[in-house]
Amino acid sequence: MAVLSVRDLTITNRGTTLVSGVSFDVDAGERVGLIGESGSGKSLTALATMGLLSGGITASGHVELEGEELLGLNESRLCELRGDRIAMIFQEPMTALNPTKRIGAQVGETLRVHRGLSRRAAAAAAVELLARVELPDPHRYARLYPHELSGGQRQRVMMAIAISCDPVVILADEPTTALDVTVQRRVLDLLDRLVDEEGCALLLITHDLAVVSEMCDRVVTMYGGHIVESGSANDMLNAPRHPYTEALLLTSRAVSVDGVASGLLPSIAGSVPAAGNFPHGCPFRDRCEHAIGACVEMPPMVSAPIVAAPMVGAPMVGAPMVSAPMAGDGVGSTVHAVACWNPVCEKPEMSAREQVSANGD
Amino acid sequence: MSQSPAEDTHRSGSGSQLGKAPAGEAGVPGVSGTRGVSGVAEASGVRDAAEFADGVGLVVESDGSEGRAEVRRSRWRLWLRNPSLVIGGTIVAIVVVVALLSLVWTPYAPNAVNPAIRLAGPSASHLLGTDEYGRDVLSRLMASAQVTLYVGVISVLIAVGVGVPAGLLAAQRSGFVSQLVLRIADIVYGFPALLAAIVLAAAIGASKTTVTLAVGIAYIPVFVRVTRSNALVVLSSEYVLAARAYGRRPLAILRRHVVPNIATTMIAQMSLLFSLAVLAEAALDYLGLGTTAPTASWGTMLQDGQNYLGNDVLLTIWPSLAVFICVLGFSLLGEGISETRDARSRR
Repeated sequence: MAVLSVRDLTITNRGTTLVSGVSFDVDAGERVGLIGESGSGKSLTALATMGLLSGGITASGHVELEGEELLGLNESRLCELRGDRIAMIFQEPMTALNPTKRIGAQVGETLRVHRGLSRRAAAAAAVELLARVELPDPHRYARLYPHELSGGQRQRVMMAIAISCDPVVILADEPTTALDVTVQRRVLDLLDRLVDEEGCALLLITHDLAVVSEMCDRVVTMYGGHIVESGSANDMLNAPRHPYTEALLLTSRAVSVDGVASGLLPSIAGSVPAAGNFPHGCPFRDRCEHAIGACVEMPPMVSAPIVAAPMVGAPMVGAPMVSAPMAGDGVGSTVHAVACWNPVCEKPEMSAREQVSANGD
Repeated sequence: MSQSPAEDTHRSGSGSQLGKAPAGEAGVPGVSGTRGVSGVAEASGVRDAAEFADGVGLVVESDGSEGRAEVRRSRWRLWLRNPSLVIGGTIVAIVVVVALLSLVWTPYAPNAVNPAIRLAGPSASHLLGTDEYGRDVLSRLMASAQVTLYVGVISVLIAVGVGVPAGLLAAQRSGFVSQLVLRIADIVYGFPALLAAIVLAAAIGASKTTVTLAVGIAYIPVFVRVTRSNALVVLSSEYVLAARAYGRRPLAILRRHVVPNIATTMIAQMSLLFSLAVLAEAALDYLGLGTTAPTASWGTMLQDGQNYLGNDVLLTIWPSLAVFICVLGFSLLGEGISETRDARSRR
């Protein structure tokens, strides 16, 4: 049973489409990783889910939280749901806390909003929450101001705020990107444990594939505002079908093979274009070495072919390779689905070498 | 919004972020496996990042253990090091004390007439001399401070009371409401304050209230604009987004997040406008649009004194000096407050 269900989510900013037709499900207690480069529309998707878009950016489609449609819902009801049923952890712990208020007050605030706790009760609950996120001496930390905490400590505070009302789903928008590598691991371990204890679902937005492989049951790849591939973490990370997912994997695996980088680090040629400047059809086609003539049209999401594909040199043009009918619409199940006319079918290690240029020429 | 794809792209440059190694590996190239540095930290059973860093001799950011007494001490030092703040604060304090003192004691009754000693120069019994009716100038100067503070405080309160909520409204609502508020502010701003005061004086008669209303209304647009621009900065911050994400309603966000964060700026602005209000009040009184005889105010004293410029130039100098010092005091105070605020935010 999906607690969060996104269907055909399209986000536009004054005529420019930023996210188009995104659909995915997050089941109760499930952990879904949303991966992609900066500028792929991951954060926007999360903000739209929360109903937090502003400044002329509008969303259409459907976002259902426990069966309740969120898009178009009035602000008053949204305020009741936000923080209570659905919570969000932000990327920048340095700026996501109010500099003029004490930590304890900010952690207790959610409980005061949604549970009607008194100031005193909220303060006591805040200390407990701070202890749960493993801040040493929570009584003292509750009285400090945000600038007196380090980045990792602040991100722990953000997590305490997120879990305070036992939400059914937590959206974590690159929760460790702004942190030192030494702190990242511990913050992730904490998030892992908290999500376990709460039994809530997690939508983890990241571009760190190592994180995804450890934390997530299912992975969704986004590029250019489209979902280009989705499937179980195992399938996605071991046998990616979309050239983009494969390229992402390759770039992140480059160092970890033997701990020493062998020569130049692989990268994906080119860069993510500015919103609105993506090519027509498949947004990745101008950076993709698998690109074929058919790519001028956006391929539909179909279940990934199980049989080996023809070689890159002899692409099949026209129909996508459908080897098995999609189960439902494929967005909620762990069916490995991909939107590509010419998907990767070789072992990633083999084809990757030739597919990704060594130095982003 | 910082989450827009365009900006994200801009920040990360080319696809270089993808080349970044996963968390664990980047720190120590020699360590294989995915745990890296943090793995070491965990293995040694160290729970806190700061502790771990201490253990390996790293300097870490303060975790706040220095306590707030330190912070408070350094804030005092910051204030005392700022000459504008110290001098302005002292002058303002003196003006306030004099005004309060004049309520209970002045050397002579401010309105006590004594024709025998009219236009007498400074003497031991009348330190600043007497005016054309033989009234003690020092007593009248002291009593005038009441009028000045009254008009200043009430007019600034009017300006803040209307301007700040309107500015917050204009900041939070985009589009029509915001434009409406700003255009109304523009109209008020464009209407000459002096003309408004004359119209008001004609309508309800010249009095302290007239001056207060005229000055207060004239400064509303200033507060609308200052509030709006400062509130917009706070509203676009990530902690407001976070507050919305945990279900704070718009009004509560204004009250709990925006107002505390713009308060210092507002107080500095109030002090600056107070000095202008003092000046405006003196000018309007001088023109006969405000406080009327025989009540003492620096403006009316100036008006009275100018008829006797040939006889006793000091009669005009004393009230002018009082206005000058008072305006200087409030401007310096306002400037000092904004300077210390900036200094604090720079750290």
